[in-house]
Amino acid sequence: MRFGIITFPGSNGDHDALMAVRLGLGQPAELVWHTETDLSAYDCLIIPGGFSYGDYLRPGAIARFAPVMEAVAREAEAGKPILGICNGFQILTEAHLLPGALLRNASLEFVCDWVFVRVEQVRTPWTNRLMPGQVLRLPIAHGDGRYYVDERTLRDLERNGQIVFRYVDAQGQVTSDANPNGSVANIAGVCNERGNVVGLMPHPERAYDRLIGGDDGLAILASVLAVGLELALGRSV
Amino acid sequence: MSDTARWRAEVYVSLRPGVNDPQGLAVRDGLRRLGYDEVEEVRVGRFVQVWFTAPDAETAHRRIAAMCEQLLANPVVEQYRFTIEPAER
Repeated sequence: MRFGIITFPGSNGDHDALMAVRLGLGQPAELVWHTETDLSAYDCLIIPGGFSYGDYLRPGAIARFAPVMEAVAREAEAGKPILGICNGFQILTEAHLLPGALLRNASLEFVCDWVFVRVEQVRTPWTNRLMPGQVLRLPIAHGDGRYYVDERTLRDLERNGQIVFRYVDAQGQVTSDANPNGSVANIAGVCNERGNVVGLMPHPERAYDRLIGGDDGLAILASVLAVGLELALGRSV
Repeated sequence: MSDTARWRAEVYVSLRPGVNDPQGLAVRDGLRRLGYDEVEEVRVGRFVQVWFTAPDAETAHRRIAAMCEQLLANPVVEQYRFTIEPAER
């Protein structure tokens, strides 16, 4: 299954994602420069973390206009699995491929830590190997991770099952102490209505091997292989 | 006025009311620590100046509003207002 990992000027999680896919999943992966306009060669896409275009104006605001983003929108429309991690999540919200926005952390501090997230939705290509309610331990590293939607949109997200991950404590309970950035309803990740586009602030690609502190992220990346298998068997996804 | 009058817009972008503004809270607390006890609320935003051309004031307003909607502000969380005045060539 061919993974395309988009590199913007200022991305810094692209090589982490590349290593996670190649070493953790044993799958072919390539970095795709932001000027690319055709992504049809890839079976799924990762928009990695970092500080694209220096986070000028707002995180993700400039990256949204990169040539490659038109192709990303086309592939999203076509149903291809797309995962936005950290800055990639911010870019996908700015591009309106995911709902909501990511604001400055409530603490005003950059947070670099390990957190627990609970899996809320397993009907996405990026979570189908997980169990509902399963707790994962993943690293975070962000200054603008406070997920925000207004109350009406929040109700829509709940009703449509678009909340994919929530910050929880080690026991899986949603508490304010477990919320590292002040996100609405402890939301750590969401998906689009169709479910093929998922964004999250934690870094699954930085948790693909116990040697680097944990491997809970591998289950997220490995979930998409089910789509690869369907493709290989020639079935529609 | 020529076809391509030159304009300068001053755009103010801030978080929508009700959206928590931790920067504003931090600045408010700082002002109070400096002794400005009268400070009730502070909200921090962004100030953008744009020099551009447009045939008339109405078009200039319409174009700047579109720029705000598309890039200068994120309407999901931010509001904006702007003033426009003729700029010299």
